[in-house]
This record gives sequence, C-alpha cells and structure tokens, in this order.
Amino acid sequence: MFDEKTMEMLLIGIKDTLYMTLFSTFFGYVLGLPFGIILNVTRKDGLKPNRIIYGIGDFICNIVRSIPFLILLILLIPFTRAVVGKSYGSTATIVPLVICAAPYIARVVESSLNEVDAGVIEAAKSMGASTMQIIFKVLLVESKVSLFTGATITTGILLGYSAMSGTVGGGGLGDIAVRYGYYRWQTDIMIVTVLLLILIFQIIQNLGTRFSMHIDHRKH
Amino acid sequence: MSEIEIKNLSKTFEAEGHVVNALNNINLSIEKGDIFGIIGMSGAGKSTLVRSINFLEKPTDGQVFIDGVDLASLTEKELRKKRSDIGMIFQSFNLLEQRNVIDNVCFPLELAGQKKKEARIKARELLNTVGLAEKEKVYPSQLSGGQKQRVAIARALATNPSILLCDEATSALDPQTTESILNLIKEINERYNITVVIITHQMSVVTQICKRVAIIDNGVLVEEGPVEEIFDSPSSDAAKELIFEKKVRYSPVDALHAEKKIRIVFSENSAYEPVISNLILKYQSPVNILKADTRNVGGKAKGEMILGLPDGDELQDNIITSLKESGLTVTEVKEDV
Repeated sequence: MFDEKTMEMLLIGIKDTLYMTLFSTFFGYVLGLPFGIILNVTRKDGLKPNRIIYGIGDFICNIVRSIPFLILLILLIPFTRAVVGKSYGSTATIVPLVICAAPYIARVVESSLNEVDAGVIEAAKSMGASTMQIIFKVLLVESKVSLFTGATITTGILLGYSAMSGTVGGGGLGDIAVRYGYYRWQTDIMIVTVLLLILIFQIIQNLGTRFSMHIDHRKH
Repeated sequence: MSEIEIKNLSKTFEAEGHVVNALNNINLSIEKGDIFGIIGMSGAGKSTLVRSINFLEKPTDGQVFIDGVDLASLTEKELRKKRSDIGMIFQSFNLLEQRNVIDNVCFPLELAGQKKKEARIKARELLNTVGLAEKEKVYPSQLSGGQKQRVAIARALATNPSILLCDEATSALDPQTTESILNLIKEINERYNITVVIITHQMSVVTQICKRVAIIDNGVLVEEGPVEEIFDSPSSDAAKELIFEKKVRYSPVDALHAEKKIRIVFSENSAYEPVISNLILKYQSPVNILKADTRNVGGKAKGEMILGLPDGDELQDNIITSLKESGLTVTEVKEDV
C-alpha cells in the first residue's frame, strides 16, 4: 500500500509517539504525585490542613490548567530550549507535556487519595501512625486502584496532546498527520495515522483497566 | 489512681459561626480491668468522649490521664507511642481493604517498626484467639461483618495494649454476631486483664458485658455507677429512656392505657414468689401487665415488668409499698410504654 520510506516514517512516528507519551506521563508523575499528595494532605479535611500551602498549590494548579495546551506549548518555547537545547522534535515536546500534565496529575492524585475512607485513616491514627506512615502505608496503598485508573486516563490524554504538538513540529504520529494530511492533502496517510493513534489509545486503556482490576483486592 | 481519669472535660466544635457543645464538664474514672459502658442516644457526644481517651479529639477544656499521665503534656511523638498502648475498634471495622487478614493484624506492629517475622508470629497467635486462623490469606472483602470485627479486634490487640476502646463495635452486626463479639471481648478482658471501654446506644450491650456504665445525654454525664444498680433503678430521664427502650421496641397501645404506671424489677431472689397474684388477691383489684421481659444483666437473670395500677391514690400507694416490702425495685413510669 505504501512504499518502504513511508512505512519507515510511520514506524518512527509510532516510536516517537510512544516515547513522548510514556516519558511525559512518567515525568508528569515525578512532579504531579508529590504535588497531589501535598494538596491532599494540606486541604481543609486533610491530615495536616494548611490554608496557605493549599492555597498556593491550588492557585498554581488552576493557572496552568486553564492555559490551553497549544498556547502553553508556544509560551514555553524559551524554557524548552533552555532545558533540552531545542524547541522542536519529540524530546522537546516532552517539556511542555510534563508542565501541562503535572497539575492535572496532581488533581487526579488529590481526588484519588480523598476517596480513602476517613475511618481507615482514623484507625491508623489510633494505632499511633505518623503522618508519613499514613501517606505511604494507608493513603497510597488503599487508593492504588484509583491511582492507576487516573494514570491510565492521564496517559490517554497525553497521547492526544502529543499528537497536537505536531502542529508546531513536535514529532510523532500527530506531526505526520499534520504534515501529510493537512499540508499535502495526502488523506490516506492521515487516515492511517489516526487509526494508529486509536489503536495505541485502545491498547493503553485496556492494559490500564486490566492492571487496575488485577491489583484490586476489594472485590473478587 | 484509676487507669483512665477524665477531669472536667469539655469539647466544643465550631461550625460555620455557631458553637456546638459536644461535651460538657465530664468527670469519669475507669479502673484497670473494668468493662466500662458509655451509653447514650446518637448525637449525645459519646463518640467524641471515647476519642478523647486516645486524643483523636483534643479536648477544648479539661484533662485526660492514662495511668496518671496527662495526655496534653505529651509531645506528638510520645502521644503516638501512647496510642499504640490503646487499641480501638470501630462500627465500620476500618480494615485496610488492600491488605489481607494477616497483614492487617501485622499493620500496627509494622508501624511500630517490628520485624516482619516476629509480627507474623504474634499475628497468627491473635488470629487464633479470635478464631480466624484459617483466614489469614483472605482479603477483608471476602469476610462477613462479624469476621471483619474479629480481625479488627486481633489488630487492636497486636501491640499488647492495656486499654481497648470499642466505638459502637457491634452496631452494624446482627444480634447473634453481636453476642459472639461481646463474648469475645469479655474473654479478652479476662485473659489479658485489658481495660475495655464500650460506646454504644444499645442497653442490651451494656447489660450483657459491662460492669459499670455512664449515661451521656446532650454532652452531659447524667448518671454513672454499677450496671445492676442503674438497671434496677434508673434516676435520669435518659437512663429510663434507654432502659425502657420504648422507642425501639414498643409502640403505645391505647387499650393498655393506664393513669398510673410503675416498673418493677425482679432479681433472682424475688422471682420465686407469685407477686402479681398475691397483689390481686390482697387488694381485690385488677393490675394490668403492660409489658414483661427478662434480661441478662451482668450474668444475672433480671425480670422486668411494667404495670398499670387501678385508680385511687391510697390503693396505689399501698400497692407500691407492699411491692417494695417483697424486695422489688419499683420506679414510677411517666412515659408511654
């Protein structure tokens, strides 16, 4: 159907898309997980309520999340250049993806941790657990299913955003779709990239759902 | 010195501008090895009171002493250490859903930094005590309510506490399971000489295992003493209401309406005499039995009857006097029964 060159381009596109999605999810969690824990712990009904810390975190979260990704991508170009040395290509795209994902992840984590039964936390307190012990041995463990479900959703969103970065030379399948489908009117290539994106999304979602079910001990 | 000493304890909550007095100047002493009941209607403040004993709720005023140590004087770290000496179980069991039974029991030991191997040995021993040795690999979602509470009890005992707090521990269980859990608590109290504090709204729980009881009404301690004494002759309105359990079990029947009602309690000694027959024969006047029941109060059979008396002040006084003479406890009942 396609010549070898196109096939190779598509393969590289898949590789780049996976690279951007998975790395930005990973680094997004490196920043977003502690951020989310802090939000949950300092909120009004949290383990250590702190209006100032929560207020600042809440504000940062809302600011970043209210900027559309495409704008954020352009706004962050100087910062991206400072971090990775260039502003185009898949590695460069990871920077704005992480910045965009971290506050979103923080919110997802905050609400997952909030699902943990207050009674269980109280029981841990009654046994003499410290705040750190409650966070690491109760909150994160009891909410693990919800956390993984959140991570699956986040990965799906970042897959979509990584494709969006194609409009500014981000690399990956989105980039191919924009260049061939939009600029050159090669609809067949565009359809193939879209189908590939759908396929990748399905795989991520299915793996995520199965894994969440596998680790859940609440209902068997 | 009592094991638990509560002095002038008050707790107020502030919610959106208005202040709620949850507890008002409570004084209470609980002795080592006792099974102490704290009973009250919902919203009376009993849950707040039990949470003050391990400082999950810090009092607004007053002090709590455990073995003579004022909890308010402890640092955060010392307080956590002290808490591991006070086990607690809850109405909703509060087990860790993502850990299996044995890991739940090991949890407090893990928190205390004990080695996993030693913790497991201790946990197995406790699971044996509560009769769930074969369930150690099972997750809480696969257990019944009674089994969950047994795991929670084993978990609460893991750190060898000297006090066990039970917050409505049987309120979510059916009557048979309640009885078996209460028997287990009693057994544990005897075996480990552990002081037990039981919070409940069910008088039957108190009469079944408690030695002493305190009655809380609207944040105030209205009555306190040995269970038998309070069951025989309750003096506060709250105590009467809890003992008669009228709202729970009886609806007033118009046909049984009587102007003057009394409650009599038979103890084992007075139960042999045909009291009511004698009464009717003596005064040649009908006495209406509105309610009759027997209950187990601290292992003793107690008979309870509510009688509607015939009209006539003098006659009524005579009947009450003669009942008292035959060794019965008589209380006047104003409520509907």
